Amino acid sequence: MSSLSRDDVANLARLARIEMSEEELVSLSNEFTVILDAVARVQEVAGADVEPTSHPLPLRNVFRPDVVIPSLSPQEALSGAPAQEDARFRVPQILGEEA
Amino acid sequence: MIHLSAAQMAAKLATGETTSVALTQAHLDRINSVDSGVHAFLYVDTDGALAQAAAVDAKREQGQDLSPLAGIPLALKDVMTQKGIPTTAGSKILEGWRPPYDSTVVSKLKANDIVILGKTNMDEFAMGSSTENSAYGPTHNPWDLTRIPGGSGGGSSAALAAFEAPLAIGTDTGGSIRQPAAVTGTVGVKPTYGGVSRFGLIAFSSSLDQAGPCARTVLDAALLHEAIAGHDPKDSTSINAPVPQVVAAAKSGDVKGMKIGVVKELNGDGYQSGVRTRFEESLELLAAAGAEIVEVSAPNFEYALAAYYLIAPSECSSNLARFDAMRYGLRVGDVDGASAESVMNLTREVGFGREVKRRIILGTYALSSGYYDAYYGSAQKVRTLITQDFNNAFEKCDVMVSPTCPTTAFKIGEKSNDPIAMYLNDIATIPVNMAGIGGMSLPAGLAPEDGLPVGFQIMSPAMQDQRMYLVGAALEAALLSKWGAPLLSKAPELAGK
Repeated sequence: MSSLSRDDVANLARLARIEMSEEELVSLSNEFTVILDAVARVQEVAGADVEPTSHPLPLRNVFRPDVVIPSLSPQEALSGAPAQEDARFRVPQILGEEA
Repeated sequence: MIHLSAAQMAAKLATGETTSVALTQAHLDRINSVDSGVHAFLYVDTDGALAQAAAVDAKREQGQDLSPLAGIPLALKDVMTQKGIPTTAGSKILEGWRPPYDSTVVSKLKANDIVILGKTNMDEFAMGSSTENSAYGPTHNPWDLTRIPGGSGGGSSAALAAFEAPLAIGTDTGGSIRQPAAVTGTVGVKPTYGGVSRFGLIAFSSSLDQAGPCARTVLDAALLHEAIAGHDPKDSTSINAPVPQVVAAAKSGDVKGMKIGVVKELNGDGYQSGVRTRFEESLELLAAAGAEIVEVSAPNFEYALAAYYLIAPSECSSNLARFDAMRYGLRVGDVDGASAESVMNLTREVGFGREVKRRIILGTYALSSGYYDAYYGSAQKVRTLITQDFNNAFEKCDVMVSPTCPTTAFKIGEKSNDPIAMYLNDIATIPVNMAGIGGMSLPAGLAPEDGLPVGFQIMSPAMQDQRMYLVGAALEAALLSKWGAPLLSKAPELAGK
């Protein structure tokens, strides 16, 4: 029986960069007990001798010719930006004040 | 006119009996009249559609060579980017975003002069089986407005069943084209993985996602399939090989001597009795048409659902990291002194719905060190076993078949608080995505106990998509002669404005 505590969910939410209310942490942790039990069934048949499949097509190193092709203009690329300045994306501060 | 098939509409356009502008206007009027009750559309591009229709009418007047579907209106699932047109993927995090580029599917639709009416509703980021997870409210099944139209592509399937469009685009990660088709009495096809470009398809689970055609007839689906399929240098997983001849197959429908494998594990307990009745009847009709019905076994399919709910969330937890509030979409909490991390956390809290958060957290867990081998690693092994099951079965048959879904459409709200019950809808559709092969759902009739549509699923080996069209066309023809009229003629008339 697998389960995730409220603190486990809080840690995962932090890793996934999602703020969560106390109510949401608790209800997700309850749901995960059921969901993890259901998905853990994969362990019943996945023997050591079975190769994993990550993708349906056996593709490797797909390249295109190294030629210049048209792409978005800076104005187009910035067209959905929540904030911009001097033809660049303006973002909140990434480093702390003391850094 | 709106009740015709796309192929019939195209014939009327070719003879000059009608114009694309008139056809497009008729569908816009229908949307205006019934969509307040159905809610298939998130955005209707009235001006753009009419302009596109006028342009194709002008080309036809000049005697230009036109594609088979030129001038036919289409509904586009809101997961596909269309330049300048609001594209949300059913999520608040993309509300108001207008993409600066066309997806390859949209480029191909435009190159074929197919008229794009607007964007259809869907479960947020295509995660769901009922369209109840849309941030913009649920879509209602035209057969019974209190029921779900399937998901994630419930807007596209409902638009078809409500005669708001004769064609639609869907995407299918675990059944999101086929299950909505099944519960609305329409046709939906998931092509072989890599058959249709994913460029501009907002990614959910990249190794499973596949765009495909939705329609009311097998031939219409085939015509749309050939319009959107083919190699795309912008998608490194796009298959560089000729597109299977699906239109020819849909026109032929000859199944004499074909071996049709009934999957033992996708029938029986857990399947509604009316679903089984219609499935058995379809098998009899195919046998009468000259096909040989055999039983095949796929013992590992019972693990497909568990593996899917590890693989898809794992890939989505990575794919959805791009919604970081920095370059496009919603930004919340950007006050003086706020850090990028806090803006990201707050934006994703507000912008993502419950199911999306649930899957991101599950995927983050399945990929975390210490659990990776037990969960994601084991799921990848199950994927191998499922592919082997298909390979073994296809040695004994040309296509495999099953009911598309265990039940008919359920009530809106009935399963929304039980994720596991909701996930079970996809039990018969998921194996196809895991192996990357082709799958189709077409209407098999109504379940006697509730009068709601039942879907018949056909699965074909990779890049042999024409086989499912052969079988689909044969079954469709046999059912049509039995019913005397298309199934959708039995759907209740929608109250118009």
